[in-house]
Amino acid sequence: MQGLLLTSFTATSSIGTGCKTTLAALRSQCSGIARKHWESVNFETCIGEVEGLDSFAIRDDLAVFDCRNNRLAQLGLEQDGFTHAVRNAIKRFGKERIGVFLGTSTSGIHSTEIAFRNRETISGKLPVDYDYRHTHNSYSIADFVRRYFDLIGPAYAVSTACSSSAKVFGSAQRMLASGLIDAAIVGGVDSLCLTTMYGFNSLQLVSTNPCKPFDVHRDGISLGEAAAFVLVENTANAVSGDIIMTGIGESSDAHHMSSPHPDGLGARIAMQSALQVAGLRATDINYINLHGTATQSNDAAEDKGVTAIFGTKTPCSSTKGHTGHTLGAAGAVEAIICALALQNDFAPGGVGTKIIDPSLTCRYLLSNIDQPMHHALSNSFGFGGSNCSLVFSKVVA
Amino acid sequence: MQPGFFQGGRLNALQIHVDGIGLFGPGMSGWTHACEILTGKATLELAPIQLPPTENLPPAERRRVGVPIKLSMAIGFEAVRNACADPAQLATVFSSSEADCDNIHSILESLASDDREISPTRFHNSVHNAPSGYWSIATGCMEPSTTLCAYDATFAAGLLEATTQALSSGKPCLLLAYDTVFPEPLYSLRPIPYALGVAMVLNPFKTKAAHALLTLNMSSSSATTLSDNGLEELRIRIPAARSLPLLNLLADGTSGLVVIEYLDSINLSIGVQL
Repeated sequence: MQGLLLTSFTATSSIGTGCKTTLAALRSQCSGIARKHWESVNFETCIGEVEGLDSFAIRDDLAVFDCRNNRLAQLGLEQDGFTHAVRNAIKRFGKERIGVFLGTSTSGIHSTEIAFRNRETISGKLPVDYDYRHTHNSYSIADFVRRYFDLIGPAYAVSTACSSSAKVFGSAQRMLASGLIDAAIVGGVDSLCLTTMYGFNSLQLVSTNPCKPFDVHRDGISLGEAAAFVLVENTANAVSGDIIMTGIGESSDAHHMSSPHPDGLGARIAMQSALQVAGLRATDINYINLHGTATQSNDAAEDKGVTAIFGTKTPCSSTKGHTGHTLGAAGAVEAIICALALQNDFAPGGVGTKIIDPSLTCRYLLSNIDQPMHHALSNSFGFGGSNCSLVFSKVVA
Repeated sequence: MQPGFFQGGRLNALQIHVDGIGLFGPGMSGWTHACEILTGKATLELAPIQLPPTENLPPAERRRVGVPIKLSMAIGFEAVRNACADPAQLATVFSSSEADCDNIHSILESLASDDREISPTRFHNSVHNAPSGYWSIATGCMEPSTTLCAYDATFAAGLLEATTQALSSGKPCLLLAYDTVFPEPLYSLRPIPYALGVAMVLNPFKTKAAHALLTLNMSSSSATTLSDNGLEELRIRIPAARSLPLLNLLADGTSGLVVIEYLDSINLSIGVQL
């Protein structure tokens, strides 16, 4: 497979606005999850909220896109010199040669949740200032970013629940390989909303405490929100120290809508094919960023899948104890965490987990370890049995 | 060089074979029936979509599924049968402007009420990729599957993704592009009048099943329109029906060139070679 060079990347979540604060939070093992009341939610919950979105001003010319999700997108885009890197890519390749492929699970549905509370009493109509197309519709996020940079290349949103923003790397890779584009903005944005808060609650998958991935007392997820963006292009200009996506594996569980295959079979196929595409052996992987949502069944199934391929020695952790589960943004956030780990030669330990479940056998890290890093693998699995594993590698001179 | 990729100046074209087609829409029940309408042998009678019973799902699951799942199953199984393909071996690309519109409407109503309880089934069926999940369960398919949203570009976005997927893997890929109908009040803001879906088995290699060879190119030309007023109305109002000019050529069995609407600034030209 033709690899993808990560020319520029940025992540914004409850642990940090941009990569510098994100790295600092990983280094100091800080969590962004806090117990609070959010919006009109009638139960107290622990969430990874990005502060300041309620008063964040979206760019004037993009006002039709104003909603929590696109505010978070703009905040995320404007960190780490990312907009500069995209503008530079536009100069190099042309605005018709840059694709936009972004993952989201709920896009700006929160704007519709509010609009439904404010329907006209007699007609039932939605408020006149409500805009379905530019907020709620899943394409809104890709449209927003495309217009933010005035791009005119291919674009779409990928919405495969919690694997969405991992799978966009595959879309970009195939589009680049086909010669349709020279670069792409990939990533994902998902923001807090009532649909996911009440929805995951109905499935009894939300913990009453900050989540504890792989812990013996784990009892569910903590929801979070994030925006993560990566500018990718082919590897012709890669230099020593650069990060490249070298492998991707995708599979379907064909098992159940909201529970994983109990033996992690789909996950195994995804990891195995990502390794195969990268031309690596399991022992070449220095760190695995687990999907690790902290539900009983997800962590148990993933552990089986991971140890079947990697055995029990490869350092692993879930960073959902840091950020919360950012759903459709999680794949891209965790891809960036892998890139930061590779650049800074450390494997991040998990947060929130105290006693590792003795029935889980992968080498789950409770603290950071400094070690030379060459290759990292990131897992993202979603409802509908949608699995995606990515391999990232550091270029050596 | 992999099959189908060729360099043609700065813009590159992609080539892919169509092995099988499935189509259900208003007044069009299956590809054979739709061909009669597309070729002018029968008249389009607009009526809400009639779908066959959902295949291969256990009864408990069957009761829980809404229009997008029934529709994607209907078009998917028809396309696979026409291509004599094994659905368990096919990667899939689902593309739709919205997830399950009825289900989302119901969730939004609950969340705006005093009792915000949502049923777990409603919630897991609310993900955009629910049809992909049910399809993989029904067919036992563990191959890669993705689900896209591109607002009005349901068909062109899906065709590009499925074509690049097939060419990259060197294996056939099933495209399922469909749109369904919102109830009010969202219908007023997104007035898609009828559900319609089209599926195609796309193959990077020419086999006995090949109906036609498609050559895709980005284009700045305007989209091809249809001479039949009824069909043209569907093309304009249903994103997945933007595919109709292509389906028209395929139904006619004639080679030619059509331009399919993609995004505001670019369209997709498709050369059809029988």
